[in-house]
Amino acid sequence: MLTDIIKADLECELWESLEAVTDPELDEPITDMGFVERAEVIGSKRVEVEFRLPTYWCSPNFAFLMAFGIRAEVCALPWVQEVQVTLNDHCFGDEVNEGVNSGKPFEEVFAQYCDGANLAEVVDTFRAKAFDRRQEVMLLALQAQGMTEAEIVSLTLAGFDRITMHGEEEERQKPRYRDLLLDQGLAENPEDLAFPTWEGQAIEAQELATHLVRLKGTRINMEFNGALCRGLASTRYKEVEIGPEGPTLVDFIAGRVPPREDHATRR
Amino acid sequence: MYKTPDGKEIFVLDGHTHFWDGSPENQANVHGKQFIECFYAYHTNLSPQEELWEKSRFEKYSEDDIYRDLFVDGPNDMAVIQTTVLKDFYKNGFGCLERSTEMAKRHPERFIVNGSFDPRDGEKALEYIHWMKENFDIQGVKMYTAEWNGDSKGWALNDPSAYKCFELCEKLGIKNIHVHKGPTIIPLSKDAFNVDDVDYAATDFQNLNWIVEHCGLPRLDDFCWIAVQETNVYAGLAVALPFIHARPRYFAEVMAELLFWVGEDKILFGSDYAIWTPKWLVEKFWNFQIPDDIAEERGVQLTDEIKEKILGLNAARLYGIDVEAKKRQLAGAPVQIAAE
Repeated sequence: MLTDIIKADLECELWESLEAVTDPELDEPITDMGFVERAEVIGSKRVEVEFRLPTYWCSPNFAFLMAFGIRAEVCALPWVQEVQVTLNDHCFGDEVNEGVNSGKPFEEVFAQYCDGANLAEVVDTFRAKAFDRRQEVMLLALQAQGMTEAEIVSLTLAGFDRITMHGEEEERQKPRYRDLLLDQGLAENPEDLAFPTWEGQAIEAQELATHLVRLKGTRINMEFNGALCRGLASTRYKEVEIGPEGPTLVDFIAGRVPPREDHATRR
Repeated sequence: MYKTPDGKEIFVLDGHTHFWDGSPENQANVHGKQFIECFYAYHTNLSPQEELWEKSRFEKYSEDDIYRDLFVDGPNDMAVIQTTVLKDFYKNGFGCLERSTEMAKRHPERFIVNGSFDPRDGEKALEYIHWMKENFDIQGVKMYTAEWNGDSKGWALNDPSAYKCFELCEKLGIKNIHVHKGPTIIPLSKDAFNVDDVDYAATDFQNLNWIVEHCGLPRLDDFCWIAVQETNVYAGLAVALPFIHARPRYFAEVMAELLFWVGEDKILFGSDYAIWTPKWLVEKFWNFQIPDDIAEERGVQLTDEIKEKILGLNAARLYGIDVEAKKRQLAGAPVQIAAE
C-alpha cells in the first residue's frame, strides 16, 4: 500500500518532468500531444518511458531529439538511477532506441548517422519558429490591450514582466516566451527590449505590422501541423467497420497498446 | 462537372489522384505496410464519418471504383493520375504508369496520367524519361523526394543528377513537375521536410511549372515565401482541403495564406483520391467562405470566380486544355459505368 502511494507520487513527478520535453517542430509538450504512452516507475529508482509519434515516417532527427530530451529530463530527477526510453513503431526506431539507451551523449550518437554532421542548424531554425510563434501571441495580446505600436516595440523586459495576460493561451505563452528570450540571450537586463527579432534587432514602430504578417504565417503553419499530428496520433491504430448505422472507427489493437491515461487525473 | 446550388456548371480538374495497389499481397516489407497505413490514418482522421472506407477497400480499389468515385458520384470532369512507384516498398510498385494508363484507356478523355522517375538512377533515369515520353506522351511527372532507393533515403530537387533529368524534361516538353515533399530521412542533419530545393529548381528551370503538392505542408510558411518570389511555382491543395470538414477555421487560415502569398491563379484543387473522394470536398469547398475576421486581416476573398479557377481553370491552363471544347466533348460522352 505504502509502495503504491510512493509509486503514484513518483510517477506524478515523472509525468511533470516529461512536460518539459517539446516536439521541436510544433513547440508543444510531448505529453500534451499524446505521444507518451507509458511512463512507469519500477522499484522507486528505475524509469521506463515509451513514446510513439503520429506516424511511422515522422522526422527521425526530431525523434532523436525527443528521445534524448526524455532521457535528460528523467535523469534530472534525483531519485532516478536507471532509465529506459523506447520509441515504438517508427522507421528509425531501432537506431533511436539503441542510441538513447547506450549512455552515450546525443552528439556522439547522432553524428554516427550523418557523417559527423550535427543538428545545430535545424534546431536553430525551429527555435526561431517557436520564438516567432510565442512572440506573436504576446504582440497580439498587447495590441488587444490597447497598447500602441510605439509602446509595444519600446517595451522593456521589466515592463513586460509587469503586464498581466488574460486568456489561456496568452497566460501559457508568456513564461514560455520569456524563457526563450532569456535563454537565447536576446534580453538579459530589465531595461532590455522585450520584443527584439530573433536576430536581435529592435523592431521599428512602423514595421510592426509587417513583422506580424510574417509571424502569422509561422503560427498558422505550426498550429495546422499540430492539429494534423494530434489527429493522426488519435487514428493511427483505428480501422473502419461498416455497420447498420454506417461507418464507425474502432480501435483494432485495443488492449495491445496501453490506453493513454490523462495524466492530469493522477495529480 | 459540379453544379452549384444556383445551377451554374463548374469545370473540375482534379490535379492530384492515385490509382494505387497497397494491398498486403503487393507489400514488399514492413515499410510498404506502414506506408499505406499512414495514408489510411490521414483518411480516417480527416474524412467525414459517412465517407469512411474499410481498410481492405482502401488498400486496393478497382477500375470501376475510381471511375465512379471521381466522375459518377464525384464531380470531376478530369483527373490527373500521379505515379508514385515506391519500388523498395512494393513488389509491383504502389502507383505505376503502366497500370494507371491501362485503367485510363477506358476513358482517355478524362484522365491525364503523369509519369515519375528517380534521378538517383543516373543514365537509366534519362533513358526512362525518353521511354515515358515516347510510349505514353506524358506531360508531367510526380516527384517524391522521400522515396527510398537502396542506401539512399531521399533526394533533393537541386541535386546535380536531378538537374540533368529536368533539363531533359524541358527539352521533351514535359512541363508540369508535381513535387511531394515527404520526409527525406537522410541526411539526418537536415530538416526532413525542407522546401528550399523547390526555390533553386524553380529559379533554374523557368520554363517548367513546379506544382508543390500539399502546398508545402508541413512547411507552409517557408513554401509561401518561395512561391511569392517565383512565378512558376503553384500550390496543390491536397491534405489542406480536407480540413474544411474537421477543422474549417484552420482551412480558412491556410487558404487565406495561400491567396495572400501565392495568389488565386496558382492554387490547384486536388482530392488526393483515394485518401479522400472529390464529391464532399468540392461540395464543401463551393459552399465555403473564409470567416470575415481572417479574410479582412489578410485582405483576401474567396469569390465564386476564384473558386472556379482553383477547381479547374488553373490546372486546365497548365495542361493546355481548352475548357469549352472539353466541356462539349464530355457532354457527348456522359459518364457511365462500363461493363467489366
